Amino acid sequence: MTLLQHIGRYTILIKRSLSRPESPRVYYRRLIREMEVLGINSTGIVAIISFFMGAVITIQTAYNTESPLFPAYLIGLAARDSILLEFSSTIVALILAGKVGSNIASEIGTMRVTEQIDALEIMGVNSAAYLILPKIVALMIIAPFLSVLSMAVGIVGGWIAGTTVGVVSTPDYIYGIQYAFIPYYITYSLIKSVVFAFIITTVSSYHGYYTRGGALEVGRSSTLAVVHSSVVILLFNLILTQLMLA
Amino acid sequence: MIELRHINKSFEGQSVLDDISVSFEQGRTNLVIGRSGSGKTVLLKCIVGLLEADSGDILYSGDCFSRMNRKEKQNIRQRFGMLFQGAALFDSLSVEENVRFKLDMFTRMTSREKKDRVNFCLERVNLSGKNRLFPSELSGGMKKRVAIARAIVMNPRYLFCDEPNSGLDPQTAIMIDKLIIDITREFNMTTIVNTHDLNSVMEIGENVVYIHEGKIWWQGTREEILETENPELSDFVFATKLVRQLKKLDDI
Repeated sequence: MTLLQHIGRYTILIKRSLSRPESPRVYYRRLIREMEVLGINSTGIVAIISFFMGAVITIQTAYNTESPLFPAYLIGLAARDSILLEFSSTIVALILAGKVGSNIASEIGTMRVTEQIDALEIMGVNSAAYLILPKIVALMIIAPFLSVLSMAVGIVGGWIAGTTVGVVSTPDYIYGIQYAFIPYYITYSLIKSVVFAFIITTVSSYHGYYTRGGALEVGRSSTLAVVHSSVVILLFNLILTQLMLA
Repeated sequence: MIELRHINKSFEGQSVLDDISVSFEQGRTNLVIGRSGSGKTVLLKCIVGLLEADSGDILYSGDCFSRMNRKEKQNIRQRFGMLFQGAALFDSLSVEENVRFKLDMFTRMTSREKKDRVNFCLERVNLSGKNRLFPSELSGGMKKRVAIARAIVMNPRYLFCDEPNSGLDPQTAIMIDKLIIDITREFNMTTIVNTHDLNSVMEIGENVVYIHEGKIWWQGTREEILETENPELSDFVFATKLVRQLKKLDDI
């Protein structure tokens, strides 16, 4: 299949997924479940990675600005802007693409190869909407919270690492964190996280939904879901950055 | 009643169904038999709309399925019940949730009414008290019975079974066959069963259609099948030593 055919099939699937639910109550129950599976269950990994990310950014910034010309608070400022602008949205999205994306593709792919999706269709259920819509909505709701969590934990991680290693003092770090703060950066980051959540769920669902074959193909779909989600996230990161910051 | 008119289907130029025209009557178990690769499953998938036929019409009680829009197809499918080869139960749902699924999606019944209906269906397939088990905790035969309970929960008008006995021991297979014929009569459904199991043919074959190389080669009843002089069907029916021996004994 050509790239254009994939894009066409993806668009049709998303259009079907976004149609009116047969039973809002069932969809609501599924939405709550997906928010737990895709979002709440990801808080641990997001927190751990954000902590170490913040720590490493702080230490690296400190070692790269070892000059009397650079004020000490610059370390906190650089860490804050790196975390807010890029890491809390893009890196967290790439982590989620690995964890959540493979989960979605393998779940839907397994349902496809074991005829569970056919069973839904035979019952008169719009299988695309039933399976995919709650995942899209759930992750789009949860992703901004994960992004905020990542910002907070990253900044705390930077402070703990910076003060423990001795490259920055607490007052300098806090001053840097507050210095020339632009609230729009948070808005920018949250918008990116919502867009990335849509990309992760839809691209991964697409690969799962069109799985053909058996267990081997489910594994292949899962891998493709992670790779393609990551590539599309990076592409849209570039587009959104140009649109929103230029 | 389901009527097929001149159904054709091919994959990449290879004809799989060739001008299939046949009627499946209401209140009877209609069996589609044939060797592996003869086109049975493709035919069943075309009938239920999982595959689209290249040409021809499929009529459900006179309404042409092929010409319905997506919404109309979804509506008529709510009157379908289907038993898949692997049961196709939803892994993440319990037995009760699997059976209740259609009620949750398409009815406004109260929780009490739904529970009563689910219990009735589970009782009907001899699985009372198994409500809380998950598919991974069930045997092959139990999964098939749950799938039957799920199929009949909304009193379907049409029941489709794809290889219902595959992977089951003979006694469980007979139990499934008996359930299929009983519920067909009880709910007065049009039932189509895909199989290559001759025991099923003899147990429930009220109307048997033999498909070979995508064409209908023979149609009749289970009684007539043993007397057939159609060479292709004869080869299929008397392929096993056991059936040949029984035929010899019968002739003597």
